[in-house]
Amino acid sequence: MALTIHCDIVSAEKEIFSGLVELLVAAGAEGDVGIGYGHAPLLTSLKPGPVRLKKQNGDEEIYYVSGGYLEVQPHAVTVLADTALREGDMDEAAAEEARKQAEDALKNQGEGMDYSAAAARLAEAAAQLRTLQQIRKRTR
Amino acid sequence: MASGKEIRTKIGSIKNTQKITSAMEMVAASKMRRAQERMETGKPYAQRIRAVVGHIANGNPEYHHLYLKEREVKRVGYIVVSTDRGLCGGLNINLFKAVVRHSKEWADKGVQTDLCLIGAKSAAFFKSVGGNIVAKVRDIGEQPTITDLIGSVKVMLDAFADGKIDKLYIVGNEFVNTMTQSPSVEQLLPLQAGSDEKLKHAWDYLYEPEARDLLDGLMVRYIESQVYQAVVENGACEQAARMIAMKSATDNAGDLIDGLQLVYNKARQAAITQELSEIVSGAAAV
Repeated sequence: MALTIHCDIVSAEKEIFSGLVELLVAAGAEGDVGIGYGHAPLLTSLKPGPVRLKKQNGDEEIYYVSGGYLEVQPHAVTVLADTALREGDMDEAAAEEARKQAEDALKNQGEGMDYSAAAARLAEAAAQLRTLQQIRKRTR
Repeated sequence: MASGKEIRTKIGSIKNTQKITSAMEMVAASKMRRAQERMETGKPYAQRIRAVVGHIANGNPEYHHLYLKEREVKRVGYIVVSTDRGLCGGLNINLFKAVVRHSKEWADKGVQTDLCLIGAKSAAFFKSVGGNIVAKVRDIGEQPTITDLIGSVKVMLDAFADGKIDKLYIVGNEFVNTMTQSPSVEQLLPLQAGSDEKLKHAWDYLYEPEARDLLDGLMVRYIESQVYQAVVENGACEQAARMIAMKSATDNAGDLIDGLQLVYNKARQAAITQELSEIVSGAAAV
């Protein structure tokens, strides 16, 4: 049996996941990070994207995180998410719609357009779609 | 002895008051459930981020964040979280007493205090008691948002960064259960190390990206979450305290009515007895 590490995922609204995992993969600020047992202490900010967990019994779970922080301690890993969604709570159509809207906003830049806000929205929507694709690939 | 009619109107007016207080009790009970839910949902995040920050304070980071440094104390700051409305028993006054006691301890050492007040009641109290108020927010409502609070909290954080204050406390009511709420004074800045013995040896994190950017962001997030959580918790306390206060007011009105009813009945019987004896004595005289 592979060694496990305790993992907590919390968003500002609620606790999303708490339990033992073999591996956690998240989208760190400087690239994806994979955390397993015995990882060195690490502190990183997270980009919008999927957080993939490989649980003790080999099951995988994927959550969507809209940004936040990840802390690794020898005995535990904590994800402090701004908002986090379970796979069942995500809406592909809505994410696609949001991506289109953000793209349109970026194309038709008018007076007083908030470029960075629109870009952030686009990144979030794209990350949600990426998460959904991962989930689909796994279930196939 | 008051006449029957007077007592009857008095009973009537107390009954009206009783109706109002029992309605307020029910309103507070339903609001409390929602406020409590809001408090519970925010709790895991606040606890975890506190743990993370505690770890950071314990470590030997390459970059010493401003919020981690203990300084000689010349001035302290308090963020006082109170309610906007009254009729909630001793909730606010107990809290203010805790603040006054705490700041007096500092005053004895020659340390002045600055106050950041959240809620209308604290503004009214410290205006009359005195105290150096540097920021205040009121009318935050039942669904507080971080954006409502951040302005005044920023004033305190800037004061800390500029060296105007050397310690920052947050004061709010702690929700023990529906019957009990206790005031708590907690140190927000500088950050206090967690009590994890395993972390006492020298170690540091790997940082992605740079430690400075990362910690700045994380600290701001931490303070925001702690203040938000305190406000939400105080909201739950307010509704619980109001519910209890209104329940006891309703009970007291009931006792008062019972007492007055007894007096009224006695007065009525005395009047009847008197009338009867007058008639009887009148008939005997004829």
